[in-house]
Amino acid sequence: MKLIIATIKPFKLEEVREALTEAGIRGMMVTEIKGFGSQSGHTEIYRGAEYAVNFVPKVKIEIVVTDTMVDQIVETITKTAQTGKIGDGKIFVIDVNQAVRVRTGEKDEDAI
Amino acid sequence: MKINKPLLVGMALTALPTLALAQDATTPSFDEIGPYIMTTLLFCMAGFLVFFMAAGFAMLEGGLVRSKNVTMQMTKNISLYSFAAVMYWLIGFNLMYPGDGWSVVGWLGPFFSVTTLDPVGVSAADAALDYASIGSDFFFQLVFVAATASIVSGALAERIKLWPFLIFVVVLTGILYPISGSWKWGEGWLDARGFSDFAGSTVVHSVGGWAALAGAIVLGPRIGKYKDGRVNPMPGSNLALATLGTFILWLGWFGFNGGSQLAMGTVGDVSDVSRIFANTNMAAATGAIAALVLTQLLYKKVDLTMVLNGALAGLVSITAEPLAPSLFGALWIGAVGGVIVVFAVPFLDKMKIDDVVGAIPVHLFAGIWGTIAVVFYGDATITTQLTGIVAYGVFTFIGSIAVWYILKATVGIRVSEEDEINGLDMSELGMEAYPEFSKG
Repeated sequence: MKLIIATIKPFKLEEVREALTEAGIRGMMVTEIKGFGSQSGHTEIYRGAEYAVNFVPKVKIEIVVTDTMVDQIVETITKTAQTGKIGDGKIFVIDVNQAVRVRTGEKDEDAI
Repeated sequence: MKINKPLLVGMALTALPTLALAQDATTPSFDEIGPYIMTTLLFCMAGFLVFFMAAGFAMLEGGLVRSKNVTMQMTKNISLYSFAAVMYWLIGFNLMYPGDGWSVVGWLGPFFSVTTLDPVGVSAADAALDYASIGSDFFFQLVFVAATASIVSGALAERIKLWPFLIFVVVLTGILYPISGSWKWGEGWLDARGFSDFAGSTVVHSVGGWAALAGAIVLGPRIGKYKDGRVNPMPGSNLALATLGTFILWLGWFGFNGGSQLAMGTVGDVSDVSRIFANTNMAAATGAIAALVLTQLLYKKVDLTMVLNGALAGLVSITAEPLAPSLFGALWIGAVGGVIVVFAVPFLDKMKIDDVVGAIPVHLFAGIWGTIAVVFYGDATITTQLTGIVAYGVFTFIGSIAVWYILKATVGIRVSEEDEINGLDMSELGMEAYPEFSKG
């Protein structure tokens, strides 16, 4: 099992969700986050004073999938979240040791 | 259709004396009591509108402070209004309108004189038929002093302690404002010199602005506002509330300026009131447009908070003479007010004077401009106007800074660094405005 963590541009969330559902995932976790990467910040003006917006709003998606699905899901996210402009986000893949479905007590791949 | 109701009232009232003649030969005619009734009504209606400006100030300030200070800002607004109401009864009203009761003629009214109302069911013979009822006059004047205190609360937000602030409000509304107000509206020395301030660009708004400026200097800026030679913006928590507050103030201003006609008993007076409404509205609109266009040109993006300030600056600008100008006159006077704000806000930041809501640019700077602008349409001279501006400035600024320093030296006026960073809502009141949301 792998945990896929993807940060994407907020306006892409709906498109990514649709594509992932079609690709067969059965659940996802979504968080509104702020952060910086190569896009870093930008400047704005409030009441005549310029200030730096150091953290840019992003959406973080977390999905746990079976090992066989990883490549397909990563590719789906990459394809749908991509605009080609700076700030499209990143994807990380991490090993998952255990999964449990709280309702039934099912474990690991049966639980995801 | 519009004139039907007043006409009916008028006809009914003029008919009354003839019906009553048989019983009471001394019953006054409508010509005698009509102006009293209409002016009293004007004071009540305009007073309600100006009262509602307290809500406008509360929403504007609540929207422009960060969410961790909203409960405190609301607390200050309802408290300052309430203290102003009591102080104006206890000392303020008679101190400001001494009549024959001056302690020092033209300069200082009676030291301690509580306001008493007309007796219940006052007869026409005992009423001030050439003016209005005491209750309506007192109420109308009282809501003005509350506006002055509201100006101070916005500028000093997010770092001042509650009780020292309220002590200042007591002094401002009970003593400082009524004394300086008596110089003009109480028919004191500035009035005698021909100083002109119709509804209070100087008497109300500049006075609030001077008191706020003195407070902001003594209090110092919010932590982190000016760091390493840079200005760090602290965006407001809710611009929808700030916009609502501005619209409420705009509405309230019709009472502020219109009611200051102080008479509605003749065709001329009631027409003047409506003329004032139209001019007041025009100045607010052009103040907003000026700030809208100017921020677009200067910053490439429109700044809503500046547009809101611009509308208010337009209103303050027209307040010293809302009657005499043509609509075109109101247009450019208001627009200049909007321009002043856009330049005054960064200017204050350069001076490291932290004014959270822009109260000093709006009420002091535009108030001075509005008072000067009287010379273009009113019958005041630049010399008398400048005399008034300087007199009010010197008295209010020195009086306020003295009170602020005394408070600072005795009880302290500023919360601790930790309390300020945690927000006054939790540290001073233990109550958040938006408990479901994360800290702003």
